[in-house]
Amino acid sequence: MDNSVDSDTEIVSIQNLSFSRGDRKIFNDISLSIPRGKITAIMGPSGTGKTTLLKLIGGQLYPDQGKVLVDKQNVHQLKRADLYTLRKRMGMLFQSGALLTDLSVFDNVALPLREHTTLSESMIRSLVLIKLQAVGLRGARDLMPNELSGGMARRVALARAIALDPMMIMYDEPFTGQDPISLGTLVKLIKEMNNVLGLTSIIVSHDVEETIGIADYIYVLSEGKIAGQGTPEQIKNLDSEWVQQFMNGHADGPVHFHYPADNYHKDLFEN
Amino acid sequence: MIRFFQHLGHSTTSSFAKLGRSFFFLTHTLTASVSVIPRPRLLINQLYSVGVLSFLIITISGLFVGMVLGLQGFYILSDFGAEETLGVMVAASLVRELGPVVAALLFAGRAGSALTAEIGLMKATEQLSGMEMMAIDPLKRIIAPRFLAGFIAMPLLAALFSSVGVLGGHMVGVGMLGVDDGAYWSQMQAGLDFQDDIINGIIKSIVFGFAVSWISLFEGYDAIPTSEGVSRATTRTVVNSAFTILGLDFILTALMFGDI
Repeated sequence: MDNSVDSDTEIVSIQNLSFSRGDRKIFNDISLSIPRGKITAIMGPSGTGKTTLLKLIGGQLYPDQGKVLVDKQNVHQLKRADLYTLRKRMGMLFQSGALLTDLSVFDNVALPLREHTTLSESMIRSLVLIKLQAVGLRGARDLMPNELSGGMARRVALARAIALDPMMIMYDEPFTGQDPISLGTLVKLIKEMNNVLGLTSIIVSHDVEETIGIADYIYVLSEGKIAGQGTPEQIKNLDSEWVQQFMNGHADGPVHFHYPADNYHKDLFEN
Repeated sequence: MIRFFQHLGHSTTSSFAKLGRSFFFLTHTLTASVSVIPRPRLLINQLYSVGVLSFLIITISGLFVGMVLGLQGFYILSDFGAEETLGVMVAASLVRELGPVVAALLFAGRAGSALTAEIGLMKATEQLSGMEMMAIDPLKRIIAPRFLAGFIAMPLLAALFSSVGVLGGHMVGVGMLGVDDGAYWSQMQAGLDFQDDIINGIIKSIVFGFAVSWISLFEGYDAIPTSEGVSRATTRTVVNSAFTILGLDFILTALMFGDI
């Protein structure tokens, strides 16, 4: 497999990263590289630390070992001010949306602009409306977050994440809990934004079909290791029992549906 | 036996770790407070929700505490034929002790618990980490304005509590029990010292405001981000604030009025 991306086209580089929570090792010496301007997907079942990986890239968590380079800067050795400067260029879309509940849709999208720029209020208004139009929610600008459905909240969060025109955007499970219509528009939106705005996208997801549909390159994580990687075509034909089980959703295979337990019959009828 | 010591050691280290985190949090909050100055709007919003919305509970409680003081004071003082000094008794009790302490306890229950729940839920719903990822420091944007608001509102609420209490004492003592109106006020004026009584009372309420704001914001910020974690943190805010207020009150009283 070709893993040698040259450093100009590489935007995020993760080298020999290990991270554990308590006694549980979430990542065990993984290395991966995310090319500029492409859509890279990181897949794996729930609990494999996909969100944790995004938080490590964003510098919210510290690794036990290894390093994370974003745009050639080691995220975990940056000073706070430099880290914040770097974060202005990274957008992150949280699974829950993470909208501020005391601000309206408009003010949520305007927040990063008001905090980080000295633009006039009329300029901010135009920018916010452009971003909201892009996610199809210009008409919902006066609603409060608690009046939005889960899917709408995530689209508002997407508008907020692109408010500062970042160089890359990280999506945490963008497809879960979306109805088919908004799912379709969201997939299209991510793809379009990547191509039109020249963003780099990192998608963390366990929705196989949607992700395969738009990703340029896929990493599949399992038990702290990279179980497979490649283009969607390569992944589909990958000769790994584990990856095949995950991609095709088989109930049994190297990963068991059941959490380890005693004999079922014995458990039920004895005692 | 070994498990007992293990448990003891573990809880000791974890409470010291928490204490350390809380001091770390406080210093960061204090430095972040500077950034509130250019944005008074944030502070004003918080002053409203922390201060103005506590008006009702403080006023009503103050009134009733004053009325009870008037009643009890009258019965005791009239045994000695000293009903005239009711004004001093009511005002001194309120300004020195009950005003700052009871107002702070009510403030912890009304505003402190709300702050903890708000910050804890913001943490649970990833709003705080969302802000961090947008390169907005939640300590500056969220915590510092709330801290300052608590710090400013507390002395004002304590003053309100004491003033309404004095009026409550007047209502019962003068209005219902027949203490002389002029004596109530003039004895109060003569008996109370501005420096010893009023200033010391204000200092107390400033200290309590600082402590309650610190405790409630830290508990929220440090809460385990689940519904159970937030509910526990809210309880801890009220309990710890009560202990801290009463403990600090003793220390401050000893320093201010005692000869220690």
